Amino acid sequence: MINGHKLVYLDSASSSQKPSAVIDAMDAYYREYNANVHRGIYTIGEKATAEYEKARARVARFINAPDSHEIVFTRNATEAINLVSYSWGRRNISRGDVIVLTEMEHHANLVPWQILVQEKDGDLEFIPITDDGILRLDVFEVLLRLKPKLVAFTHVSNTLGTINPVREMVEMAHAAGALVLIDGAQAVPHVPVDVQELGCDFYAFSGHKMLAPMGSGALWARRELLEAMPPFLAGGEMIREVHLRRSEFNEIPWKFEAGTPAVGDAIGLGVAAEYLQALGMDAVREHERDLVAYALEVLPREVPAIELYGPLDPDLRGGVIPFNLPGIHPHDVAQVLDRFGIAVRAGHHCTMPLHERLDLAATARASFNVYSTREDIDALAGGLMEVQKVFNV
Amino acid sequence: MLVGIGVSRYTPASMDDLYRDYILEHYRRPHNFGVIEDADASYEGANPLCGDRITLMLGVKDGIVDRVGFTGRGCAISQASASLLTDEIKGKPLSAVSAFRADDLLDLLGIEISPARLKCAMLSHDSLQHVLSDLGAADPTNTTPSPAEAGA
Ligand SMILES: Cc1ncc(COP(=O)(O)O)c(C=O)c1O
Repeated sequence: MINGHKLVYLDSASSSQKPSAVIDAMDAYYREYNANVHRGIYTIGEKATAEYEKARARVARFINAPDSHEIVFTRNATEAINLVSYSWGRRNISRGDVIVLTEMEHHANLVPWQILVQEKDGDLEFIPITDDGILRLDVFEVLLRLKPKLVAFTHVSNTLGTINPVREMVEMAHAAGALVLIDGAQAVPHVPVDVQELGCDFYAFSGHKMLAPMGSGALWARRELLEAMPPFLAGGEMIREVHLRRSEFNEIPWKFEAGTPAVGDAIGLGVAAEYLQALGMDAVREHERDLVAYALEVLPREVPAIELYGPLDPDLRGGVIPFNLPGIHPHDVAQVLDRFGIAVRAGHHCTMPLHERLDLAATARASFNVYSTREDIDALAGGLMEVQKVFNV
Repeated sequence: MLVGIGVSRYTPASMDDLYRDYILEHYRRPHNFGVIEDADASYEGANPLCGDRITLMLGVKDGIVDRVGFTGRGCAISQASASLLTDEIKGKPLSAVSAFRADDLLDLLGIEISPARLKCAMLSHDSLQHVLSDLGAADPTNTTPSPAEAGA
């Protein structure tokens, strides 16, 4: 209950709620077999290691990775992207090299590349978007003539909901000789993801948006890339042999998992992946497509003044509805909605350049997950009418 | 049409603690809104995280703030706060203006400000400190509180 009302949680793009199955699995780890991994020759240490590695296999299956050793556990998508920018990037990007991004990137898939090209004297180029938030593939085609080393973009936009044509873009990029990193933070909770079918080289995502614990996430990359990449963080766990002046590194993925990992979180992530697979990602996507279509119909009808952004076709959009009420700042919209127990996000959603491109100071955003319902959208519409009453517009 | 909402979920009575009439009045028709010519100092303050933005301008004559204006856009709290602050400092000696503290502004606002909204409420106060420092009249002990910023 929030402010005397049943919670209507419409901020799943920020972080999802977690199912009991996930919470119980973590609880069981901490209560019943809490121990470090890859170390103890005793029952609970072995069990912890087995469950941790089982989680890796579950995550691999979830995104159809060919080999579970290609899954590196990280704290979140941000860390997964930084792993690539620090490890692969510092080895492979040098003076004059081009990295292609898009205008709709989350800061997590922008700032690491800015830092890299500043350090290496490389260049960033950006695929522009249309006014309703679709990537301009015609311009992408032109940018590929610059022979970029890497193309990095989001699978699903966290701000506009746009589902990008990953496969087509990967084919274009590969034809031009570039590797491709996909920021899957907003995709894994919502659409079926098959890294082999997508054909990309790196796929980064967070657990906490896909029903898994805070502090869980993963990077998938093709084995030969991971094997060639130098370690990102160094210390225990990531080594095979250590001498005073040199060390030999462990095999992948442990080479990239220095220090004691977040074992309970990884186990929770594995359970969340299984949970979503049991629901069926096609069914998850269909449910959210229905919610998007419903919201795009109901909100403008019930709240005629509302301004909606992003693709109008529900087939091209994940469960993200950014909007504004004219004359009312999104902060105030969110604050008044909170009085009714309705949680939406207000601000720039970590996509400041995208807001600049669309000439918006800020937006409010309602976003969905598997547990969201049409009633949540009805409640939002009702709440927005109340916001208008408070502000007398 | 939507049925079943309106009665149970929405009880407007709980609303007036933050968006009181005078706050909304200052938001809709802010006082001292507009550019002043020949300002002696001005400062553009922004909360990039939420898109609040104000430019505060001051004109000083004989040690008295005789003209003050602001422009910008933002949420009701940031705009009402700038409106109230500019009313308060107009016509006052610089020494009094530099002694005007964040708490005084909160008292003027007269509403309960949650930590998440403190930055909105404080934008005009922070901008004022920059303007005063341009004029060589800032009181360095008069700081604007700033809660840890939220991300993602
Ligand atoms: C598209 C996208 N990429 C990356 C991130 C960063 O995720 P995290 O903060 O979990 O690292 C987010 C989270 O908001 C996102 O929406």
